[in-house]
Amino acid sequence: MDQLIVLLPLLGAIIAGFFGRLIGDRGAMYVSSGLLLISMVLSCIVFYDVAFAHNARVTEVFTWIDSGSFEVSWALKVDTLTAVMLIVVTGVSSMVHVYSIGYMSHDPYKPRFFAYLSLFTFFMLMLVTADNFVQMFFGWEGVGLASYLLIGFWYERPSACAAAIKAFLVNRVGDIGFALGICGAFVLFGTAGFDQVFASVPGMADAQFEAFGISGHALTIICILLFIGAMGKSAQLGLHTWLPDAMEGPTPVSALIHAATMVTAGVFMVARLSPMFEYAPTALELVTYVGALTAFFAASVGLTQNDIKRVIAYSTCSQLGYMFFALGVSAYSAGIFHLMTHAFFKALLFLGAGSVIHAMSDEQDMRKMGGIYKMIPGTYLLMWIGTIALLGVGIPGVFGFAGFYSKDIVVEAAYASHSTHGTFAFVMGVVAAFMTAFYSCRLMFMTFHGTPRASKEVMSHVHESPQVMLVPLYVLAFGAVFAGLAAYEYFVGQHMEEFWGEALKVLPENNSVEAAHHVPLWVKLSPLVAGLGGIGLAYVFYIASPALPAKTAKALRPLYLFSLNKWYFDELYDRVFVRPARVLGFGLWKGGDGAVIDRLGPDGIAATTQNASRRTSLLQSGYVYHYAFAMLIGVFVLVTWYFLSQLG
Amino acid sequence: MTSWPILSTITFLPLAGALWILFFVRHEDEALAAKNARSMALWASLVTFVVSLFVWFNFDRSSADFQFVERVDWIPAFNISYHMGVDGISMMFVLLSTLLTPLCVLASWDAVKVRVKEYMVAFLVLETLMVGMFCALDLVIFYVFFEGVLIPMFLIIGIWGGGRRVYAAFKFFLYTLAGSVLMLLAILAMYYDAGTTDIPTLLAHGFPASMQTWLWLAFFASFAVKVPMWPVHTWLPDAHVEAPTAGSVILAGVLLKMGGYGFLRFSLPMMPEASAFFAPLVFSLSIVAVIYTSLVALAQEDMKKLIAYSSVAHMGFVTIGIFVVNQQGIEGAIFQMLSHGVVSAALFLCVGVIYDRMHTRLIERYDGLVGRMPGYALVFMIFMLASVGLPGTSGFVGEFLVLVGAFQANTWVALLAASGMVLGAAYMLYLYRRIIFGKMTKEDLMAILDLNWREKVVFAPLIALVFWMGIYPASFIDVMSPSVERLIDGYEAALARAEGPTTLAELWNGVRVGALGEAR
Repeated sequence: MDQLIVLLPLLGAIIAGFFGRLIGDRGAMYVSSGLLLISMVLSCIVFYDVAFAHNARVTEVFTWIDSGSFEVSWALKVDTLTAVMLIVVTGVSSMVHVYSIGYMSHDPYKPRFFAYLSLFTFFMLMLVTADNFVQMFFGWEGVGLASYLLIGFWYERPSACAAAIKAFLVNRVGDIGFALGICGAFVLFGTAGFDQVFASVPGMADAQFEAFGISGHALTIICILLFIGAMGKSAQLGLHTWLPDAMEGPTPVSALIHAATMVTAGVFMVARLSPMFEYAPTALELVTYVGALTAFFAASVGLTQNDIKRVIAYSTCSQLGYMFFALGVSAYSAGIFHLMTHAFFKALLFLGAGSVIHAMSDEQDMRKMGGIYKMIPGTYLLMWIGTIALLGVGIPGVFGFAGFYSKDIVVEAAYASHSTHGTFAFVMGVVAAFMTAFYSCRLMFMTFHGTPRASKEVMSHVHESPQVMLVPLYVLAFGAVFAGLAAYEYFVGQHMEEFWGEALKVLPENNSVEAAHHVPLWVKLSPLVAGLGGIGLAYVFYIASPALPAKTAKALRPLYLFSLNKWYFDELYDRVFVRPARVLGFGLWKGGDGAVIDRLGPDGIAATTQNASRRTSLLQSGYVYHYAFAMLIGVFVLVTWYFLSQLG
Repeated sequence: MTSWPILSTITFLPLAGALWILFFVRHEDEALAAKNARSMALWASLVTFVVSLFVWFNFDRSSADFQFVERVDWIPAFNISYHMGVDGISMMFVLLSTLLTPLCVLASWDAVKVRVKEYMVAFLVLETLMVGMFCALDLVIFYVFFEGVLIPMFLIIGIWGGGRRVYAAFKFFLYTLAGSVLMLLAILAMYYDAGTTDIPTLLAHGFPASMQTWLWLAFFASFAVKVPMWPVHTWLPDAHVEAPTAGSVILAGVLLKMGGYGFLRFSLPMMPEASAFFAPLVFSLSIVAVIYTSLVALAQEDMKKLIAYSSVAHMGFVTIGIFVVNQQGIEGAIFQMLSHGVVSAALFLCVGVIYDRMHTRLIERYDGLVGRMPGYALVFMIFMLASVGLPGTSGFVGEFLVLVGAFQANTWVALLAASGMVLGAAYMLYLYRRIIFGKMTKEDLMAILDLNWREKVVFAPLIALVFWMGIYPASFIDVMSPSVERLIDGYEAALARAEGPTTLAELWNGVRVGALGEAR
């Protein structure tokens, strides 16, 4: 069954990709969506079997690489952590498949699109079921490929091609860290299998290691290297620049890959490697700081963006930051909990945004929207559900949407870890919660309320999406409403230990999730208060007095520009990496290969030889007296030399 | 073992085919003669390939010894014999050569229009020499084949090449010859020291340490040019650009591997101390190759040149893997060579496909090909990803094993080599985007046709290999493991016996410390 879950999407991709012409657009769409729905049903069965009946297992398929002591197999490891991911991945993926049937109805390349989507799902499933580092890397790079293909799906747009390449390359930068981390783990443990590595971690807790001129705590070095990989995939500060650009892809792709699943692979990785990270406190600290800063940074950029998808993209980036700082304070279960709820409500938001874009004749700029909530009430309502879930609004002790539970436990765990980095993350988390509320409501108000700013032409076409697009949204909305309440006790509450089993490891002294249940009331309330404040402010800015945003932007112009230009990361990287690489490449080619190596090497030698032979040939003048003269001189020199040597 | 001389059969079958074409394929009608020459060459190379499969299936995977050994005295007075055999290191290169030759014949089917007969003869002779080189177990025989390869290649570039073919052919010839003259001297020195040119005997001989240094340098001069390592790589871009498609395929697919093979067969086992001593030099040159040529590839305007530079970068991984001398490094290096043999050959074939249609290799002359050539776009995509080293394709396994091996030897080497992962992706994706993606705007491309059945037949086995090697590499690694293990054991035993500074870096440190001491 485990194999079927993973292979059905691959089968779907192959059928849609290679036989799309044979079975037609409809055939390709129905086959790939159908196979994914089967895969989702199987995932639910497996989830029950693993999480509640405690049948965690590893199924080995066949040997992959076997070089000396470096042995890895294709294998499927299913424990609670994997099972949760299986549900998230197949659940969101199948909904996105169904949604795309409607969304892509005008696109001429439907089979290709569905093939890519299914292929992505296959790689993602390989990633979460990996039982060794290398298979995880396989899935890791595979989802990167699928993301590249899907971002560049509309290959005729130059911006889409550029974004696709950027996504692949920035991810690859992170992958250097991942690959070297794998090498380090192999050198330290002599194996690349998770179970074997985890078993020997406690014994290696104090091992030292020398790498890159630094001699230090081995596990810390390895974990930091691996985390660099996670930063790339999960768009953390510094390696985040690809994610906003990735919005060039079709919107269902943004929902599936760049919100719900692929970008959370880094979170999954750290959670999966919790037995290693637990023994590398410095690495965990780094994870916390990076996560907290990303949460803050991305939220601050989200405040000023005007493209509806980019706002949600930065929101994703920011929420990933939350997940990471949860991991950093050893609240792995809280991080995964937030990952799960986030998958539902963020996919909902993206698909809702897609529905809006669909209705607005492919317009994405919020400045050209407004006043449409009465025309597409279904989408409007669903978007509000997603937004409220994201804001984490709820009535403590009674009921809240999904994000209410997960975000609160994340922030509380950060506080409860009682460490410098934890407190830093807590403060950043609360501030980011305020900004999240502001930009989310800003998005809702600008998109749906106020006076219509689109042309009459566009406004006359505004229409509600067909049922095939709305039904997946209902499913996701259901998750966004109830997933938090339903899963709370199992993920982070009373049944936590029993639920996770061996899948996550937390040292007793690091158990911040447990401590999070006993934090003071003001800590529990602070994200909520910050959120309500953000909502209020957004209401004042965009409903009560719509002239205020422009004035504020003018008053705080440097700050506004800083945020609008995304802290100038793209400009910086362009100057520091992209342009120098081109100049250097050209210079080395013409200068290094051409002017130096060839001129001193083959061309130079050839020229010298020619030159020398030309000069020698001048000696052959053809006049006898020239030769006779040369001979005489020769005889003279010889005789002199003979006499001199005799004398000596 | 069978007494049937199978290696000689594989080696000389193509030569027989060549002679047949030379003497018996004659016809009044030029076109008919050309057709016959093509068919004959295809048959000869296909039969050779089928026979070589026999070696693959009957090879004893648990043994590190030379197998299918043949030995006939040749010049008994000098102890030189005709000695052939393959072990786990050389066996798969034989298959690579026999696989690529028929594909090359097919790829040249329509592309070569003048002097078809001679062209086919040159390719079959080339195959004989390549296979012979990988099978040779006597230094003299090896040297004859090793150098002989130059001649048909020189002719292929010089006669059927592009505009600057003569310049490229001479550059190619001079570079390689300069290196091999030194190798010839080294071979003579080895003969005087050991009294034989028999390779298995020499492997066990153990040369004195002082001699090893010079022998190593002499061999290095020859192999480094072949690999090619930076800074003696500049012949490669020119040769590739000017060579006909099939010439590039063989050049990248097999000829570059002669250098790596030489390091594994001679430098490491026969001069272990010198190898350890010079390893830092090799690492430095390889890392420069990886980064430098990747950057240069980024700036290329000619597709073939770009892929040629990418070859240099990929071979940088190979030399790193060889000289870290551990199981993962060497197996990774061999695997990388095999994978590169398939992938770069395929990439040159990909360029050939559109060159045949448009007669230009300039990147700017193409755009948006995916619209008219979806099949081609897919094939190109697969090989591009394999070149980038995506897991699941052949390119990943070798590259990754080399990294694992390098990390054990020197983390800096691993880190800098890993930067090739990003740069390699950069130039390949950039190339792909410029040619395949975008909107087709150029008038002359509007009528371009997708792959025909002959081209599909050429690509099919290569695609299958790329995935086979990527998903189940064990069937290849198993073949090489015993031989690689023996190689490493011998190497380490030799180093254990040796004394004194064992690496260039240590010697350098010693000098520096000494100088500092004197200064005080």
